[in-house]
Amino acid sequence: MLRDITIGQYFPGESVIHRMDPRMKIVLTLAYIVMLFVAANALGLAVGVVFLALCYLVSRIPARMILRSLRPVVPIIIFTSVLNMLFVDGQPVFQWWILKITVEGIQTAVFMSVRILCLIAGTSLLTYTTSPIALTDGIERLCNPLKRFKLPVHELAMMMTIALRFIPTLIEETDKIISAQKARGADMESGGLVQRAKALIPILIPLFVSAFRRADELALAMECRCYRGGEGRTRMKQLKIHARDFWCALAVALGMAAVVLLNIWGGTLSAL
Amino acid sequence: MLAIKTEQLTYTYSQGTPFEKVAVDHVDLAIEQGEFVGVIGHTGSGKSTLIQHFNGLLKPTSGKVLIEGTDIWGQGVNIRDYRFKVGLVFQYPEYQLFEETVYKDIAFGPTNMGLTPGQVDDRVREAARFVGLSDFQLQKSPFELSGGQKRRVAIAGVLAMNPDILILDEPTAGLDPRGRDQILGQIKQYHRTRKNTILLVSHSMEDIARYAHKVLVLNHAGVAMYDDVDKVFSRAREITQIGLSVPQVTRIFMGLRERGFGVSESVYTLDYATRELLELLGKGEDRHA
Repeated sequence: MLRDITIGQYFPGESVIHRMDPRMKIVLTLAYIVMLFVAANALGLAVGVVFLALCYLVSRIPARMILRSLRPVVPIIIFTSVLNMLFVDGQPVFQWWILKITVEGIQTAVFMSVRILCLIAGTSLLTYTTSPIALTDGIERLCNPLKRFKLPVHELAMMMTIALRFIPTLIEETDKIISAQKARGADMESGGLVQRAKALIPILIPLFVSAFRRADELALAMECRCYRGGEGRTRMKQLKIHARDFWCALAVALGMAAVVLLNIWGGTLSAL
Repeated sequence: MLAIKTEQLTYTYSQGTPFEKVAVDHVDLAIEQGEFVGVIGHTGSGKSTLIQHFNGLLKPTSGKVLIEGTDIWGQGVNIRDYRFKVGLVFQYPEYQLFEETVYKDIAFGPTNMGLTPGQVDDRVREAARFVGLSDFQLQKSPFELSGGQKRRVAIAGVLAMNPDILILDEPTAGLDPRGRDQILGQIKQYHRTRKNTILLVSHSMEDIARYAHKVLVLNHAGVAMYDDVDKVFSRAREITQIGLSVPQVTRIFMGLRERGFGVSESVYTLDYATRELLELLGKGEDRHA
């Protein structure tokens, strides 16, 4: 059950998107999000959907991975859709008591849903095609200018790297402890709320103890190798911008241009 | 009666992702009641996955697991009953301790079984005695104990459930020689008094040779051999090919045979080796005389 968590799950591959510079990928993902929000009519949004579909095709991430990343947001989408349908003013298509569904409401609901789905699928593409280490490396480099404002960029990036590094370890550890307690007859599936919360104690205590032990050992190991922060530190893997990064940037720029032009020509959707 | 039986047992990790891996592949196995079985196999051969099927922690992708003749995934079977019937001690079990006192931690299993406080008390004290924990230690916090003592507390926690089948996954990993001998000796003693079935996973061929009656050799997610200790260790060449080793004495005796001495090919304990050598020397004296 714990293995189903997809946060930051990296899906190894050799596609152009996988090999892109992480910095460029982060910037382009941000640009794509902006593109989604600039799009003001159905055609513009369609460009966003098609663009994302092409990216997924190029990256060869299987379609069911997209569905997996979208599953958690389904409740939010249903909730906002219902609100949009009920509260956007316009021409009513259905009316009952004080509830009223309008054409504009349905349009807005569909529009918002597609936008949110694209947003999640787009950012998931970033984590699917970039290893966590490359991702934090990219973030660190992009945030480098903030060092001038005394922001400990390297330390923050290191914390993120370590946290990401230990997610699978802790998940594995949790799985193991759950198995061990189940082997002693721990019952986690039945009982009321209080009982279930109590059933977590045999899992959480060993987990905390081992997390602290691991943190201690890691700190010691880092000190033994003379780690003392980011100053003057060189890297084994240098990030380099290649030609392919510029081509990808060009593709995003074209998409953005298409969206802006469609906005000008197609007029804006009345409700937005 | 058969304590454990598997039919075409198969288990696949992360099915349907690029990380898919078959850890147990169509395994047919039959382990008799009261047997002391040593389980060997190199890292990744599927040992840990296989043993987690015996108490229903893992559900087979396909195939069946029968404990004392009952299909544990059959209809109307409460899997929790089999968790108590088949006690499983994990690798590094000391990391599962969580209670305030050693006593309470050992009592966790029996309490889950729904025994009365009196019965639980008996079970806890009996299990503690088996692993050599004093009454004083029972009232301590498990986090104050040494590594070897913690390990014994964790093993007692499983023994206290009084399982018909006891499975131990490398119970001596990371212990010093004395701690190792103590724990294995206590397990042997437990086996002798209870006459239950024991599966001992270990990387030490010496320990397997010394304590087990039968050896189960796993390789590439399947059973490579399952036979009496002497028969398995006499197939030294095959075992070495798998990437495992035979006990040191066995290797010495193989060398002796290669050099033309008429010794048995299945010597796996020191006692047996001594007898065999004395006999050989005796024969030599006869020849001189």
